[in-house]
Amino acid sequence: MSATAKAGQIGRSLPRLEGRAKVTGRAEYIHNLRLPGMVHGKIFRSAVAHGRIRRVDTAAAKALSGVFAVVTSDDIRKVISNPYYGPAFHDQPILAIDKVRHVGEPVAVVLAEDPHVAEEAMRLIIAEYDELPAVTDEVEAMTSTVIVHDALKPAGIFPDLKHLEGRKGTNVALDFHLRRGDVKQAFAEATHVFEHTFRTQPVMHTPLEPMVSAAEPGDGTLTIHTASQSPSFVRMEVARLLGWPENRVRVKTAFLGGGFGAKLYIKLEALVAALALLARRPVKISLAMDEQFFTITKHPSTFRIKSAVDKDGRVTARECEVWWNGGAYADVGPRVTQKSGFTAAGPYDIDNVAIDSYALYTNRPPAGALRGFGIPQLVWAYESHTDMIARALGIDPVEFRRRNILRDGRPQATGTVMKDAAIDKVLDRLVQRLGWSRPFDRGQGSVKRGRGLAVGFKASIAPTTSVAILNLYADGSCGLYCSTVDMGQGSDTAMAQIAAEVLDIPAETVRVVHPDTDVTPYDMATLGSRSTYHMGHAVKRAAEDARVKIDALKADLGVPPGSNVPLAELFRRKYGMQAGNIVGVGSFVPSYASPDHDTGLTPNATPFWMVGGTGAEVEVDTETGHVRVARLINVADLGTPINPRIVETQLSGGAIMQLGFTMQERMEFADGQLLNPNLADYKIPGMRDLPARIESEAVDAVERGGPFGAKGVGETATFGVSPAIANAIDAAVGVRLTELPLTPEAVYRALRKAGR
Amino acid sequence: MSATRRIRFTLNGQAAAAEIGTHETLVEVLRDRFALFGARESCSQGLCGCCTVLVDGHAVSGCLFLAAAADGVKIQTIEGLASGERLDPVQEAFLECGAFQCGFCTPGFILMTRQLLDENPAPSEDEIRHYLSGNLCRCGAYPEIIEAVKLASHKVKSRTPGGAAP
Ligand code: FES
Ligand code: FES
Repeated sequence: MSATAKAGQIGRSLPRLEGRAKVTGRAEYIHNLRLPGMVHGKIFRSAVAHGRIRRVDTAAAKALSGVFAVVTSDDIRKVISNPYYGPAFHDQPILAIDKVRHVGEPVAVVLAEDPHVAEEAMRLIIAEYDELPAVTDEVEAMTSTVIVHDALKPAGIFPDLKHLEGRKGTNVALDFHLRRGDVKQAFAEATHVFEHTFRTQPVMHTPLEPMVSAAEPGDGTLTIHTASQSPSFVRMEVARLLGWPENRVRVKTAFLGGGFGAKLYIKLEALVAALALLARRPVKISLAMDEQFFTITKHPSTFRIKSAVDKDGRVTARECEVWWNGGAYADVGPRVTQKSGFTAAGPYDIDNVAIDSYALYTNRPPAGALRGFGIPQLVWAYESHTDMIARALGIDPVEFRRRNILRDGRPQATGTVMKDAAIDKVLDRLVQRLGWSRPFDRGQGSVKRGRGLAVGFKASIAPTTSVAILNLYADGSCGLYCSTVDMGQGSDTAMAQIAAEVLDIPAETVRVVHPDTDVTPYDMATLGSRSTYHMGHAVKRAAEDARVKIDALKADLGVPPGSNVPLAELFRRKYGMQAGNIVGVGSFVPSYASPDHDTGLTPNATPFWMVGGTGAEVEVDTETGHVRVARLINVADLGTPINPRIVETQLSGGAIMQLGFTMQERMEFADGQLLNPNLADYKIPGMRDLPARIESEAVDAVERGGPFGAKGVGETATFGVSPAIANAIDAAVGVRLTELPLTPEAVYRALRKAGR
Repeated sequence: MSATRRIRFTLNGQAAAAEIGTHETLVEVLRDRFALFGARESCSQGLCGCCTVLVDGHAVSGCLFLAAAADGVKIQTIEGLASGERLDPVQEAFLECGAFQCGFCTPGFILMTRQLLDENPAPSEDEIRHYLSGNLCRCGAYPEIIEAVKLASHKVKSRTPGGAAP
């Protein structure tokens, strides 16, 4: 435990504060929200991947009894003249304008009091398109003559995207380049050169609470209730679209029924805002499960990786080329491209590195952040590649990793010197838990056994800001106001523990006020495992500020500083009755240095490093290609966990999600159409898909820059799962899969191809 | 879709009645007429278990169960599981094991577990995995859910007369 934690609130496995509400079914979600006078919106979506809109005929829909209105982009422009939004590019129209760019793109909306009527009317809308050729593959999009956007429209907020303004004739939304050392020379001098290409498939977050937003018009104001991970951004972006000051837009969230990156930035919020202003009454849109698949996905990717290795098995140079399939709208893809670009060469100490990372527009549903901001796609490639090299050189994969591992004090590819990144410790614990040096049962008959491991790391998204307010009420009780969204990761509980530690009170007595931009202060977003570190610092500072003010109040009243006069009594003495507040405020923004535009180098790429590794034992049925994961071990460096129990569930939960992306999930497209947008045909892991044994461990570590030694958790266990399993399959049966998912069919085909 | 009819049923132990559309599902009626939000529509296909309610003691997917068919039945939802402030042992076990993250799937898992333990008070881990395979948890709280079912099984045993002292 961190030496600075003394009150016993840190490192405490306190059950989630909202646990009782969740087991009694009473937890509040936007899903439940109903507003007086509300109408429901149902979205009519494009059936073609790329086309000019010739005509949208809404007459029959409008004529259906019970329909309040049918809205197209012409109507939207009456309330928002330039209705394009996005966090990195202002490229996404609220409803399609002139063109559609992916199957499932929103084209029109029916409003009705009865959602069934809205749905029936939606089916009466007819749209005609002049179909255009579509580009769907990320590598083809580099050179395709099919151009998804006529001109690039970067959002003004990111200075490093400004140079892309107005660029024409390209699908490249962002390219990130990193050059370190002399790659050419190192390859010329290499004893061995290895080159492989890996691919990942389109998948979807599928939060079980599908995306949902409602907007309520007021007197010159607008309140948006939304299942969002980024309420502060929603307010800023909706205010920008409307040309209003931020104080006229209010954004409220509740618990989220899962987020995983799906509910970030703008999803339905701009649409319901425009609809509510048009309708002059509250409008709610609740997506059906299938519609989520058209709204946001995880980037499919292609990664070409090439390594130079010397005679001692040291990697001397690495070349990485990564293409990210961002779909029709950039969303946060350019950030994924850049931030993941920092670490594409893996957690190895390599002197000469070249990285080229491209965000591509294609005619697929947009891709955004999904639990790892691109990192799981990269680790999939570089840790598969690592094992393939070790195998080819006849070096044990653990030994090969140890020869090359990146240690604290050494510069990483960007030139940033590693600190508090327990990569070696994570590897050591995996090796110990797997019993790597002990003999291993290789299986019998047609069932072969193998084991594998993989280690990945991630730079935090920087620089980002969090602000927190801590309010001590007249009776001495405490309210904590922060815009971190609890979507299941347990942030309410962790933040309460941090505040409680500083105030020396039990964490369960802290009331955490949920995001409401009229009430809770700014936070960049709940994403990228940033909250524990960033909001954790802000909360700690807010509580420290409150303590300073309590001491000032004591001094004011002539009470000695060390005395334990209760706060309520201090207030009574000060105000003569139960009255008053003490308000502590804290904010945090870490230091950061933008990478050099040409070399991608920076002395300060991230405030902290996330490190996660996975070990897997598998059984492969060589007759069917079926792979059974017998054991899945997740080890991570999380600094000092604030709440060890919640952290452990975060680790196993993240690994299970990634297990789905590894073994079974894939959005299937044919002729531009998505074939499986439902949980019947798109199978997410259930109880029977679980490994027989699943183990999670946080290594003993401290993040010296973090609040009470802590850092982020949510994404870490996703890093190593896919390559650990592919490596184990290779160890079992000697075939190498380079594309996800690792389905029985893929394994079977690989076995047959290898003549096994 | 305008045909309506009146249904009467028992809802969490109380007599209830509602004017419903014949196309409406049970989960809609519970939500829109009774402000019960514990059964939640997610997949709408009977595949995730988020909308689970007990009809005459049997778990059904409320998203597929037509409200018209609820005439004359006994319905129990997650909201009716605790007796006053006292949680059901299954709820207690889920709470103690931290068997959820976002909590969206939790009522469905708890009701399915309730039914499992009514049928089989001491299920093996295999039986638990098999029985709960129709409920999905995207947060992946499965290891804790399995632990909670085992704990609930102990709690139920020790609460039953003749079982070990609580
Ligand atoms: S919503 Fe009914 S089973 Fe999924
Ligand atoms: S706890 Fe989130 S879906 Fe189960």
